[in-house]
Amino acid sequence: MMNDSLFSLVCAGEIFELKAELNSDKKEKKKEAVKKVIASMTVGKDVSALFPDVVNCMQTDNLELKKLVYLYLMNYAKSQPDMAIMAVNTFVKDCEDPNPLIRALAVRTMGCIRVDKITEYLCEPLRKCLKDEDPYVRKTAAVCVAKLHDINAQLVEDQGFLDTLKDLISDSNPMVVANAVAALSEIAESHPNSNLLDLNPQTINKLLTALNECTEWGQIFILDCLANYTPRDDRESQSICERVTPRLSHANSAVVLSAVKVLMKFMEMLPKDLDYYGTLLKKLAPPLVTLLSAEPELQYVALRNINLIVQRRPEILKHEMKVFFVKYNDPIYVKLEKLDIMIRLASQANIAQVLAELKEYATEVDVDFVRKAVRAIGRCAIKVEQSAERCVSTLLDLIQTKVNYVVQEAIVVIKDIFRKYPNKYESVIATLCENLDSLDEPEARAAMIWIVGEYAERIDNADELLESFLEGFHDESTQVQLQLLTAIVKLFLKKPTETQELVQQVLSLATQDSDNPDLRDRGYIYWRLLSTDPVAAKEVVLAEKPLISEETDLIEPTLLEELICHIGTLASVYHKPPSAFVEGSRGVQHKRLPGSAGSGESVESPDTGSAAGVSEAPPAVIPSQGDLLGDLLNLDLTPPTTTGPPPPSSGMQMGAMDLLGGGLDSLLGGDLGGSPAMGAGFGAPPAAMPASFTAPVSGGLDDLFDLGGGVGMPMGAYSPPKTVWLPAMKAKGLEISGTFARRAGVIQMEMTLTNKAMSVMTDFAIQFNRNSFGLAPAGPLQVLTPLSPNQSIEVTLPLNTVGPVMKMEPLNNLQVAVKNNIDVFYFSCQYPISMLFVEDGKMERQVFLATWKDIPNDNESQFQIKDCHLNSDAASNKLQGSNIFTIAKRTVEGQDMLYQSMKLTNGIWVLAELRVQAGNPNYTVSTEPIYPIMNISQESNGSLNQTINTVLH
Amino acid sequence: MIHSLFLINHTGDIFLEKHWKSVISRSVCDYFFEAKEKAVDPENVPPVLQTPHHYLITIYRGKLFFLSVIQTEVPPLFVIEFLHRVADTFQDYFGECSEVIIKDNVVTVYELLEEMLDNGFPLATESNVLKEMIRPPTILRSVVNTLTGSSNVGDTLPTGQLSNIPWRRAGVKYTNNEAYFDVIEEIDAILDKSGTTVFAEIQGVIEACVRLTGMPDLTLSFMNPRLLDDVSFHPCVRFKRWESERVLSFIPPDGNFTLMTYHVSSQNLVAIPVYVKQNISFFETGNCGRLDITIGPKQTMGKTVEGLMVTVHMPKAVLSTNLTASQGNYTYDLATKVLVWDVGKLNPQKLPNLRGSLSMQAGAPKPEENPSLNIDLKIQQLAISGLKVSRLDMYGEKYKPFKGVKYVTKAGKFQVRT
Repeated sequence: MMNDSLFSLVCAGEIFELKAELNSDKKEKKKEAVKKVIASMTVGKDVSALFPDVVNCMQTDNLELKKLVYLYLMNYAKSQPDMAIMAVNTFVKDCEDPNPLIRALAVRTMGCIRVDKITEYLCEPLRKCLKDEDPYVRKTAAVCVAKLHDINAQLVEDQGFLDTLKDLISDSNPMVVANAVAALSEIAESHPNSNLLDLNPQTINKLLTALNECTEWGQIFILDCLANYTPRDDRESQSICERVTPRLSHANSAVVLSAVKVLMKFMEMLPKDLDYYGTLLKKLAPPLVTLLSAEPELQYVALRNINLIVQRRPEILKHEMKVFFVKYNDPIYVKLEKLDIMIRLASQANIAQVLAELKEYATEVDVDFVRKAVRAIGRCAIKVEQSAERCVSTLLDLIQTKVNYVVQEAIVVIKDIFRKYPNKYESVIATLCENLDSLDEPEARAAMIWIVGEYAERIDNADELLESFLEGFHDESTQVQLQLLTAIVKLFLKKPTETQELVQQVLSLATQDSDNPDLRDRGYIYWRLLSTDPVAAKEVVLAEKPLISEETDLIEPTLLEELICHIGTLASVYHKPPSAFVEGSRGVQHKRLPGSAGSGESVESPDTGSAAGVSEAPPAVIPSQGDLLGDLLNLDLTPPTTTGPPPPSSGMQMGAMDLLGGGLDSLLGGDLGGSPAMGAGFGAPPAAMPASFTAPVSGGLDDLFDLGGGVGMPMGAYSPPKTVWLPAMKAKGLEISGTFARRAGVIQMEMTLTNKAMSVMTDFAIQFNRNSFGLAPAGPLQVLTPLSPNQSIEVTLPLNTVGPVMKMEPLNNLQVAVKNNIDVFYFSCQYPISMLFVEDGKMERQVFLATWKDIPNDNESQFQIKDCHLNSDAASNKLQGSNIFTIAKRTVEGQDMLYQSMKLTNGIWVLAELRVQAGNPNYTVSTEPIYPIMNISQESNGSLNQTINTVLH
Repeated sequence: MIHSLFLINHTGDIFLEKHWKSVISRSVCDYFFEAKEKAVDPENVPPVLQTPHHYLITIYRGKLFFLSVIQTEVPPLFVIEFLHRVADTFQDYFGECSEVIIKDNVVTVYELLEEMLDNGFPLATESNVLKEMIRPPTILRSVVNTLTGSSNVGDTLPTGQLSNIPWRRAGVKYTNNEAYFDVIEEIDAILDKSGTTVFAEIQGVIEACVRLTGMPDLTLSFMNPRLLDDVSFHPCVRFKRWESERVLSFIPPDGNFTLMTYHVSSQNLVAIPVYVKQNISFFETGNCGRLDITIGPKQTMGKTVEGLMVTVHMPKAVLSTNLTASQGNYTYDLATKVLVWDVGKLNPQKLPNLRGSLSMQAGAPKPEENPSLNIDLKIQQLAISGLKVSRLDMYGEKYKPFKGVKYVTKAGKFQVRT
């Protein structure tokens, strides 16, 4: 009877019939009728009209019938709230049933009925069930708290269920512990900073014990929860790792990956020379490899995570290249991911194998995959120098196949290879030129044009080739147009006699017939350059280009660190921090405070390079190395950058400045007014340029920030007076004194360079060693005129915080190398930590309170400030100037307590309490960094206190 | 956690939906349909999709899509593992996992889903526990149920769920006590044109069928456990004993289960049981090509290779084939362009051969891609890695069980490039 197809049921008249059956006296008939109702419900038919009749069947001792009625109730209670109330009594009665199965079922179902009126009745039974003698009931009730929280969060808090739930973490039954952890984790997600899962060594121990005994799903929850814990020291870290490693042998891949997450995170704390560290690394590889033999969907998620792991710790999988070889019937999404990892693992040792594979893939059917394989060959050439030759010949073989998209991809990557190894593989140009006509994609066309322009002197008919492109100039995409313009100018500079007509043609096309401001501007600049000073033009346009870097698509280190903490989650699949995309979890700050401003910028910089160039005019004139690279890689738009000479040759730099300063001025006055951004951007430098090329540059920068950014923050940031960093005696006559400041959100290093030697100094450059907060120059050192004897100049160097990080002693130590035409000099200086406090360091009041309470006391440190004669308000104002924000103020027994928050550039929050006693010039400060794991450790607290001290004085 | 589940057939009809929290409209699946449209082949639909308010995580099993909707940050592997578990459970209960079977048993399916997940948290996913609560439908049982009026939902507390060994229920009784183990190894390999091994590894699994009375404690030991590179165990296996002594010590679940899976990779040499000589070529002119495939034994350890089958995905331009097989039958599916040659037993004295001509669409260019060969085979009584079970001991119970170990080697993803 039960197997006959319930599916064919159609509604309408049937409803009436069902009604009759539901009210039948016979149990069997009733049950069959409810089954039919459920069947209709599952396929989305509306059977809500039967609500009262079905609810009537609820009072039964038949468990199956009861379950079926419950199923129905859960589905329709929402649309029939008044009717659902009728069921409440039965629920409450069932919660007292002697059979634990029924008690659990009742509390479970009640939680699923999302009707306010019902939830009110749920509280009492739930409270009883949470303390039930039977663990089956307790574990069901734990989940029910999460359900209730989803419906009415306030109610859960008011009723104190959260505390009961926390108590369940110490339950004797592992299943109950696992469910309590799962429920708390889910609740915590909608409660940023609430720190519901209060992890301390005792709870961790309980969790680790439960981990061994609970179900596979419970293990996932517990492992994910463990990953949020920060061990006190490396010994605790090791002991947790030891107890988690057996999970790597679990059959459930989600358990394995969660365990990998815990290990990858806690491994950071282990000293590298420890034997155990090496053992752990070895243990990680086999389970990761095994994940790749699972179902394709699992493989995909595993591969996305392996991609992160390989970037963080390449040594784990370096011998496992072969498992990433692609099988022809892998789904495309697996193929593409495998290919990505193959390139990351490619090294001199395995490059032959990799290339043979890639060549094989390039003849596959799937177009996307083939394209990526061809690109991968190019990336191998750039990454492993020894293989470059083989890669190029492989690419040439592929071009011979004449398969259109293969040829185009090959040409795009060969252009990159030329950029990496100039003057080495030009012999292949002839082969490339043969395929000129078949190129129909803009990227490939642009690449080919770049090659023709760059090597115009070696291509006999370069002018003819470029001319052929010029015919359809207006139909080309912008990138091809820009490339064509530059290529023809290059050609002209190399073979001026034959190509005059061509260059005039392209300049007039670009400037007069085009609506594209980028193209027009670039055209004008070239025109101007060529007409004023062809020699300078040659130096600018044909300057040597910096080499492109090896790894182009690495994830930026801070983001990578964060993502490693999120292994196994959606964030790891998307390679984005959860704050960037998970809805409703904006406040999730488990692992590390979400992306500091610096990291965000640097991720985008290659793409937005040109945009940045426009809005920050002065750096754009001589762009930072990074931007320059970004631009060049994309064959991008901003004209001066493509041709900008590398920083060291300062004579040439001056040429470029001059040209732009003088030339643009007049251009701007004329026809260029159309684009306001450009106008503003270029407007500043001419004003600054005629001066001494020194301080005004930074002034201009500030102005721009104020105008454009509208940041409008208080300008009174603390800045220590200048001190001598490098005495002239130690540096062959160069004296450097300086200080640091934070102005309008930009960290600056302000220096005075004095030449105390007898000869002129030129070619200044600066570099920082790795340091605690990743400080790095945001641009080259702007010393443009030679520094004559006894002259001194003021230089302001904007800094960013995206450089490499290494912990220094003391924390704020910075090692600097300065180079000039004489030698390289090293010195170290200390910057005030307050400079690293960012403008958005004001924490929400609520968040502050919650966080303050939750920080363990051992993070705290205290400090006395002596002889400070400010009252609390004045102190607060003064501190705010340095981005130390007062969140709350309280007066207790004549003492003013100021609660303050600040945020460091690397996203670490610091909370402080400042006690000010009226009339007493001594203050007490206690500071607590919230996440002391990453870079900040105990002793840094001291320096933070010191900071407040210096700011106040 | 998991919010909703939609079951979708390969033509794109949603035929079942289940919501564990509030109801989510079916329209959320439109994002999936869009991706499916783009991917062309159902196998190629990306498993994790992002929509403005939800995430869709999908698996494709038995021509069905299991699509789950989640709203918060949830480990995707957890969801995927769970979905596979759902599919496994259907398979276990109904013998197969297809649209027709699911529709026929829709109420049981619904009861199962309700039992497996509570508010998105997994509740009972062990087949033993589930079967105690919802008995699988059998013809006999439905007859008995109709006669006696009893139901197929158990009304006892699933005892296993709470004990320290949730996988085994108490009070198991058998008249014949038996424990059988199948050691199944699959060879994943890629061979290149010349027959050289590009990559090879062995995926092994030990499937157990244990029907023993009471609470037996078993110890299974191997002759050569060290050749295993990576192992994953059923939760019942005591990991510490494996770490220290390399033996599997466990209290088994009742019935069929997977005791362990293992992995033998290229560090140890993987034996390749057959060699393939092949030549598939297309001529520049005349719209035709040639195909010639011969298979012979290589490292079979003296056993017979059975169930030999060759599958070739031909380029689109291949219209028809005119081949002769010296052994077995071949078919060519015009729609999917798949050539299947069912060889059967491999006779070392007379090597099977398939040869003949391929005719191509008139005017089509010579295909660029080289079709790969997929090989299927089976060798009984052999674990190709050389793994051997040495003994099985039972403690905790007095009776003497029947014991048995069977070995079989199969081809997994065994590909020959041309």
